[in-house]
Amino acid sequence: MSEQLHALGPKGFVPERDLDKTPVLETHHLGIDFGGLTAVNEFEITIGRTEITGLIGPNGAGKTTVFNLLTNVYKPTRGNILLDGVSTAGKSTAQLCRMGIARTFQNIRLFKDMSVIDNILVGLHHEMDYTLPEAILRLPRFWRGEQIARKRAMELLGIFHMEDTADTPAGSLPYGAQRRLEILRALATNPSILLLDEPAAGMNPSETAELMENIRRIRDTFQIAVLLIEHDMSLVMGICEGIAVLNFGQIIAKGTPEQIRNDPAVIEAYLGKQQEV
Amino acid sequence: MKKRIQLSTPSKYLINAILVAVLLVGGTMLYNSGLLNRASKAVLIQCGIYSILAVSLNICTGYLGQLPLGHAGFMAVGAYVGALFWKATVSWPAGLTIVFGLIVAGLAAAVFGIIIGIPALRLKGDYLAIITLGFGEIIRIAIINLDGITGGTPGLLNVPKHSSFLLTFACLAAAIFITHNVIHSRHGRAILSIRGNEIAAESCGINLTYYKVFAFALSAFLAGVAGAVYAGFQGSLFPKSFDFMASINILVMVVLGGMGSMTGSVIAATVLTALPSLMQALSSYRMVIYSLLLIVVMIFKPSGLMGTKDISVSRFIQRLLCGELFKSRKKEDKAHE
Ligand SMILES: Nc1ncnc2c1ncn2[C@@H]1O[C@H](COP(=O)(O)OP(=O)(O)O)[C@@H](O)[C@H]1O
Ligand SMILES: [Mg+2]
Repeated sequence: MSEQLHALGPKGFVPERDLDKTPVLETHHLGIDFGGLTAVNEFEITIGRTEITGLIGPNGAGKTTVFNLLTNVYKPTRGNILLDGVSTAGKSTAQLCRMGIARTFQNIRLFKDMSVIDNILVGLHHEMDYTLPEAILRLPRFWRGEQIARKRAMELLGIFHMEDTADTPAGSLPYGAQRRLEILRALATNPSILLLDEPAAGMNPSETAELMENIRRIRDTFQIAVLLIEHDMSLVMGICEGIAVLNFGQIIAKGTPEQIRNDPAVIEAYLGKQQEV
Repeated sequence: MKKRIQLSTPSKYLINAILVAVLLVGGTMLYNSGLLNRASKAVLIQCGIYSILAVSLNICTGYLGQLPLGHAGFMAVGAYVGALFWKATVSWPAGLTIVFGLIVAGLAAAVFGIIIGIPALRLKGDYLAIITLGFGEIIRIAIINLDGITGGTPGLLNVPKHSSFLLTFACLAAAIFITHNVIHSRHGRAILSIRGNEIAAESCGINLTYYKVFAFALSAFLAGVAGAVYAGFQGSLFPKSFDFMASINILVMVVLGGMGSMTGSVIAATVLTALPSLMQALSSYRMVIYSLLLIVVMIFKPSGLMGTKDISVSRFIQRLLCGELFKSRKKEDKAHE
């Protein structure tokens, strides 16, 4: 897998198969300050069309902040972001979703009181096109739109074999299932890149292994790019084709899992610490 | 396992339509039969009006998860606009003036809802409560001062008394129908998702401002219609009927009934309107009773009488047909929320 990768100067990694296409995501000099604190600085990343990329680093390094910048939950202080070659400056989070960026959250943010299938149907909101009067009067376009969306939602639930839970409130699902549902809700928005913030947090090793396999399968099926934040080294090294390491808001290393594993700066800043504990 | 009988969607709608028709016709016959005295007729109509108001506020408070404190202001806009429209169009055919009056009253209130909602709902935090509180008072004072049009403190008199039993409860049925169909659609799920988690909703592509303002405007529209029905029932309007306490009354109904339950809103509105009127001796203790009721419900059932559940007759009949009325009730209720 790593032979397919092709380092592109200092910018990072774009698999050879994608070299002729625009990268799905590109950032230049991205940074944000909170008051006097520089949380992220000079963040540069290029992600190919169907690449799985890992973003790792110690707690408080600024990983979640990067996700919030990419989805415009935080407005960048510096730099710019290109999604499919188009600048995302001035776009709202909702507009960015429609442009093809979807995410999950480190602290799960499901619609707890809504049923599992309704959570996914919120993600499918823009896949339905019936208007408000059509909904109030229950015209044929309403029924058709709902029927297609529900079928699609059940298919998505099938990815994690969660069809049986469709009508239960999302808040009553076990922790791991809530994380999986969040991934499905993000997938429902039909993204070209999926941002996963610590998807394996709180999962046991066998659940983690299964998730790893599923993330790869999702990438293959939907032909999308994945950027994931993860503490679990086995997961990151196992499925990522490229890895960026963040420390104190700065990228300190970028490369293939092989390169990262042997990078002295990374070992000192991150892996070293892990081993000591 | 016995095979489950699934009622088809058209038959569910048919059951509900028949039920509404029977209630409207039966109610009208009872209302006109002479069995009810004047006072109880008045209470009946008021229950209907307050039910529309509670259902409308529930859209904003229960479904959207916002806390407006000036709902009586929207009711006032609808009441005065509806009354003035009806007074100006007495020469029109009755059906035409009535229906147009209701629509114009609702639209006027919705316009105010949009004007207030756009700035108030864009802000994060509790600004909506404060801004709507101010709005309610401004409307009341404006009505007092625009006495050339509104009659001011002495009141707007001789409003055509259009609000029959049929009109009041047809409006309630329409309000419930519209709200139900909106909430159980992609637009309604967008509103519910905002209550669930704003950042997640936005990340799913939901335009927060649009859906907040829309829910707020729909809530104001129905409150405006209720206001017009109120005007057509009273025959005269006075600004003091639309003060802050009126807004709080409606809010208490929604909270008691369970935020997010239309059934709860209607039950609470009916009980809280009928109780003080039927027990005249208690009417001066109304606020005491309200407070006690609120405290008791908050202690024993903080989510309100009905929580977020709604009663559905078609579902009830389906269960009856399956002979599992009481057996798996708990599971069913969960599944249908
Ligand atoms: N909204 C905010 N206001 C102020 N500081 C913030 C905010 N969000 C994040 N930070 C700071 O940015 C740094 C990076 O946080 P975060 O991105 O959550 O780290 P990570 O996800 O890598 O653990 C932390 O020091 C945090 O305190
Ligand atoms: Mg984080």
